[in-house]
Amino acid sequence: MASWPILSVTTFLPLVGVLFLMALRGDDEAAKRNARWVALWTTLVTFALSLMLVWRFDPSTADFQFVEKARWLGGYASYHMGVDGISLPLIILTTAIMPFCIIASWESVQKRVKEYMIAFLVLETLMIGTFSALDLVLFYLFFEAGLIPMFLIIGIWGGTRRVYASFKFFLYTLAGSVLMLLAIMAMYWNAGTTDIPALMKHGFPHGLQTWAWLAFFASFAVKMPMWPVHTWLPDAHVEAPTAGSVILAAILLKMGGYGFLRFSLPMFPLASADFAPLVFALSVVAIIYTSLVALMQEDIKKLIAYSSVAHMGFVTMGIFAVTSQGVGGGIFQMVSHGIVSGALFLCVGVVYDRMHTREIAAYGGLVERMPLYAAAFMVFTMANVGLPGTSGFVGEFLTLIGTFKINIPVATLATLGVILSAAYALWLYRKVIFGKLEKPSLINIQDLNYREIVVLAPLVVLTILFGVYPKPVLDMSSVSVEALIANYNQAVGGKKTAAIQFLVRD
Amino acid sequence: MTASAQIPDLLPVLPEIVLIVGALALLMVGAYGGERSSPLVNVASIMLLAAAAAIVTWLPSGKLVTFGGSFVLDDFARFLKVLALGGSAAAILMSLDYFRREKILKFEYPVLILLATAGMGMLVSAGDLIALYLGLELMSLSLYVIAAFNRDSAKSTEAGLKYFVLGALSSGMLLYGCSLIYGYTGTIAFPGIAQAAAQGGLGVTFGLVFLLAGLCFKVSAVPFHMWTPDVYEGAPTPVTAFFASAPKVAAMAIFMRVAISAFPTILVQWQQILVFVAIASMALGSFAAIGQRNIKRLMAYSSIGHMGFALVGLAAGTQAGVQGVLVYISIYLLMTLGTFACILSMKRPGGMVEDISDLAGLSRTSPTMAFLLAMLLFSLAGIPPLAGFFAKFYVFIAAINAGLYALAVIGVLTSVVGAYYYLMIVKIMYFDEPQRSFDPMPREQVVVLAVAGLFNLLFFAYPAPLLDAATAAAKSLF
Repeated sequence: MASWPILSVTTFLPLVGVLFLMALRGDDEAAKRNARWVALWTTLVTFALSLMLVWRFDPSTADFQFVEKARWLGGYASYHMGVDGISLPLIILTTAIMPFCIIASWESVQKRVKEYMIAFLVLETLMIGTFSALDLVLFYLFFEAGLIPMFLIIGIWGGTRRVYASFKFFLYTLAGSVLMLLAIMAMYWNAGTTDIPALMKHGFPHGLQTWAWLAFFASFAVKMPMWPVHTWLPDAHVEAPTAGSVILAAILLKMGGYGFLRFSLPMFPLASADFAPLVFALSVVAIIYTSLVALMQEDIKKLIAYSSVAHMGFVTMGIFAVTSQGVGGGIFQMVSHGIVSGALFLCVGVVYDRMHTREIAAYGGLVERMPLYAAAFMVFTMANVGLPGTSGFVGEFLTLIGTFKINIPVATLATLGVILSAAYALWLYRKVIFGKLEKPSLINIQDLNYREIVVLAPLVVLTILFGVYPKPVLDMSSVSVEALIANYNQAVGGKKTAAIQFLVRD
Repeated sequence: MTASAQIPDLLPVLPEIVLIVGALALLMVGAYGGERSSPLVNVASIMLLAAAAAIVTWLPSGKLVTFGGSFVLDDFARFLKVLALGGSAAAILMSLDYFRREKILKFEYPVLILLATAGMGMLVSAGDLIALYLGLELMSLSLYVIAAFNRDSAKSTEAGLKYFVLGALSSGMLLYGCSLIYGYTGTIAFPGIAQAAAQGGLGVTFGLVFLLAGLCFKVSAVPFHMWTPDVYEGAPTPVTAFFASAPKVAAMAIFMRVAISAFPTILVQWQQILVFVAIASMALGSFAAIGQRNIKRLMAYSSIGHMGFALVGLAAGTQAGVQGVLVYISIYLLMTLGTFACILSMKRPGGMVEDISDLAGLSRTSPTMAFLLAMLLFSLAGIPPLAGFFAKFYVFIAAINAGLYALAVIGVLTSVVGAYYYLMIVKIMYFDEPQRSFDPMPREQVVVLAVAGLFNLLFFAYPAPLLDAATAAAKSLF
């Protein structure tokens, strides 16, 4: 354990950046530049600190590490933080994506730059806090508080229908989570604590498990988002500024998956087993239906948003298969989707900044003017499709294997979704990049500038690196995943065969 | 403890005595000094309220009873008296600038507030039905007058009249309830009623219903809420700010005291009533506020909804529930005062404005005020990590413990509906294009807004003092 509270420092460091930003005065160019640099440095330092977490992290134990505990809220809850192999990858994902968001907003955001950066830094604190909270109330606090900055980001810096989108985002998510809050209270009265590690060992009665599972599901399914409560996502994505879309797709959606792993499976194993068929059904519908919907989109961002819903379907399917491949693959898929979908939204941002339209029909033949862009976009498209050699393949493949052992029809149907994803992703790529460059507005379009290369290049590298060498992520989570599955199987009492050590353990 | 009636122990009543004597003295000052003395009377009133609050905390701890059990000063009463005194002081403070500008800065206003506050002190300490009625009427009569305080405004006069007529009706019901209870139990003291009510009987229940109806009127809970929007809109804004804060605290206090100390034995009876009233208030408060354009009217519906949420805690009927209500009402008081500090700052060179749309683009024209107001609104909506979230947390956790699941589920869902109209104001401030900016904020409003805003933002970091005080207060009631 660290001698200083490294986890809390990482979590709250962005708020220090916020204090600096608040001290900035004026609205001229210099102030804007300062705001951008302060935000960038804050996120970079936070990222560096989070790497220290990785460095000191011991992947051979499923216990929580970097644990901090303090009294809070007069006995109802405590300030309890810590990470394990499930939350650490998501924390790193958060801190790693943030600098890209800041750089991506460098030129595209010109109004109220200071407030914009403040909103993002506050959001970063809340996201890291969500993943590292080890107390239900504390978790809820971070989880819900993220709504405020995101609401403002969509509403102030968003597109034309931003008001509608921001309200929909806020109210959908809030409606889901208030029910979770009630379940948290019921759990408190049953177990006498809101401490997550203690609750994992508590063993709730079956009846309470069922109700609490449903309440948590209401929240996480909206956040994830699962069909049929996904409709807020396309709206929010389309209207949000580029960096907002990146954060939404890369990190906020992962809170749902993380919630299933942290709460639903370990705390309500019996209910999870009961409801697994429901989750499978919704996941399959999400994979196939939203892929079909994606095929019909005319807006690039909307298409990617629907593809996100489909990819999250793989995650929920894998998680509720509760095999080591399924769960490990689910975590990997979350990380991979975080990188790939974030990168895709950044790519859309690149052309949007030049043309100020997201209509697919407005583009075509970009490869002739933007070869670098076409190459980067291709890598991410392929990763989105799940081509072997990209990170997208590993996640989809693992979740499919994991599910195959449990439920063959579901896995088969989900595999069909992979074909559909190829259809819409390649269709999009062909429409935007290939074809004849005949639109007069596109004649003078510029290729990637240095700033954009700096943003996209690392993501290209990561996508391919994790595609051929997924070990770092899988190793980090494997012990925690095994422990989770062992507890689950013990609780359910089923004779589910111990997982085959395939790929996950290298 | 003096149970005998020879020389009543006056020590526990000292805060109220100070207030009343002070109010009468200030009345003299005003009567002889005329208009010129108004600023002095205002300042002196605030100091009197502060002195009374100091006395409340200075008095010996424990349960002090006097006037043969009519007046009880326990931790519960102390907690709520400090809140009510603070709320009243803030209300006077916030009124200064407004009345000065409207040229109705009169010495009667602070004196009436002092008298109302003395009534509140009596009310939260009431140990029998007579004391309850005395306190309630002293408070209410003062409120009727200050609702119509802007004599030359037809709206204000109408508000006062409406409040008076409906208030008199509710007092009648309350009094009728009291007489029924006395008739069937043979006593007016709360502990005696509790004993007698244990034997059951329809008559007591009947009286209880009337009593609760009267109290529901005072906290403006549905279905006795009709006066609230009109009075809130019609009364001068500082008066509205006052109505929304201290009297609500006192009325909620007596609601708790009656329910917990006089009728603990027939909890099942009043629990049903409260569950219904709470659900109806939360639902109406949320849905009816959506269509409002006037921010004072909107705050009226908001307060109806919030009283519904507070009653959720009381409906639990447990110590945790009372603690929840106490936390709720304290946080609500500060949030409301902060919001009204902003509403009182909505003035342009032409005069005060009250439409929500007048806030358009406030985040550009006065960013700090917009930020604090937005946070207060998010807090009223119950979004963590702001104080309002914890308020809701404590009442709902009590309701869940008491097994009131349906109430809790409906409650949180209406809070989502309620979030919509708070978001609407945030949207207008942050997403819409700016209009002409407001005049600079008066200093008094800055003070109130800063205190309320910082409390709201930072409550989560150090909640212990309020929680511990509320725990002690709730414990003393059981």
